[in-house]
Amino acid sequence: MKTINRRLQRWWWVSGWMIAALTLNTGIATAQDRLRLATTTSTENSGLLQHLLPVFEKGFKARVDVIAVGTGRALKLGENGDVDVVLVHAPKAEDAFVEAGFGVHRRLIMANDFVLLGPPDDPAQVRGQPHAVDAMRQIASHKAVFVSRGDDSGTHKKEQWLWQRAGIVPSGQPWYLEVGQGMGATLQIAHDKRAYTLTDRGTSLTYRQRLALQIVHERDPAYDNPYSAIAVNPQRHAHVAHKLAVAFIDWLISAEGQDLIGSYRKHDQVLFYPRAVHSAN
Amino acid sequence: MDSLVAGLQQALIWLLAGHPEVFHIVWVTLKIVALATLLASLLGVPLGVCIAGRTFRGQQLVVSVFHALLAMPTVVIGLTLYALLSRRGPLGDLGLLFTPWAIVIGEVCLAFPIVVALTIDAVQGVDPRIRETALSLGASSARAAVTVLTEVRFAVLGAIVAAFGRIIAEVGAAMMLGGNIRGYTRTITTAIALETSKGEFALGLALGIVLLVIAFGVNIALYALQGTKT
Repeated sequence: MKTINRRLQRWWWVSGWMIAALTLNTGIATAQDRLRLATTTSTENSGLLQHLLPVFEKGFKARVDVIAVGTGRALKLGENGDVDVVLVHAPKAEDAFVEAGFGVHRRLIMANDFVLLGPPDDPAQVRGQPHAVDAMRQIASHKAVFVSRGDDSGTHKKEQWLWQRAGIVPSGQPWYLEVGQGMGATLQIAHDKRAYTLTDRGTSLTYRQRLALQIVHERDPAYDNPYSAIAVNPQRHAHVAHKLAVAFIDWLISAEGQDLIGSYRKHDQVLFYPRAVHSAN
Repeated sequence: MDSLVAGLQQALIWLLAGHPEVFHIVWVTLKIVALATLLASLLGVPLGVCIAGRTFRGQQLVVSVFHALLAMPTVVIGLTLYALLSRRGPLGDLGLLFTPWAIVIGEVCLAFPIVVALTIDAVQGVDPRIRETALSLGASSARAAVTVLTEVRFAVLGAIVAAFGRIIAEVGAAMMLGGNIRGYTRTITTAIALETSKGEFALGLALGIVLLVIAFGVNIALYALQGTKT
């Protein structure tokens, strides 16, 4: 009996030490200044953040934790106080977010544009249509398969807005697939289904070599895609890293941040155009 | 097919030559999973022995509840804990959401019922005369429990390994609770999910190979141990 008890004791000791070691090891990483950034899959999947963040982290001796979700969820995370700052692209939803008092210090950071991707043979004859809404009408009238993000992201909101302006209700139609996934996964599905889909130019460039889809419609004012950063309101959530959030936003619109954004290239193309305007909010 | 072959080649090169991101993700995963497995075992094994070691009213119900919990979908645990840990939730002030701790909590919730249920099965499978003999020789009931536990130590180890295998391969709770933050809460499974969504196979495959090796390796080690000692 004694030996058994001793053996058991040893087990308790070993487990205790292991737990202590693992806890410490995981805990050290939390001691640093951390900024939680909720952003869209487009900024993360395009590689822009990996280009920007190391410079900020080094300059401000902080770590930025990126949670890449759709714009809708990013704003929800900000509203709940689960993140400190958001970088999103849905101007109307941003207006509502700031008006409701969830966010402060909103600044326009950069922009790119949306493009309509489709199979090279273009079964819905979208190419050459004068406007974005005409392109959407062509897809609907040909009942060509269209893959929608369906996740309340900025891209999804833009797409819904385009359908609405075209006077079409695509939801429930057999040719309209709402996949509820990020931009990358949505492009993969559109590729596999040889379907049309709306995406931002940055992600479409990033994925260009892997997709048998082409840009079938582009360059319409309706495709404009501005990105803004908003700090979570510290009066609603006292725990947020507000100073660091404001420092991050100010760094993004600083000459250094804007230059870095403008200098980021993929396949020799600029993905995001710096568009900061220095004005009070 | 080409992309798969090319991805596999790249994956093997990374694994052999050492790819910092792969190793960091594996390290983070092992820390989280090891901590969760340890905690679940320290709580679960004693509870399992207690439940199985004596008869009490409602015992059958308790046992079947723990067996039912084995089928708990990971996304339900993820969702429930998310609601609890979000700043809006009752435990929000702890600030645990999107940290490795949140994943540890989720994985403990997944592993705990497995450890308890399989420990109960193991202890109930023991010849009751062992406990009776220990008691008749003057052992306290706690000591008798230790005797029984020693008898079934490999089955209990099997329970712990089963729990380990379940949580290291789990993706739903890790994604929801950890947020898949690069270099912080990105685990093997969430990284694979992300790489697949990006259409990049190489990193996903490299991590998949590591995951397989760990999962198989732990199970093979357990069986080898059982083979030598029983």
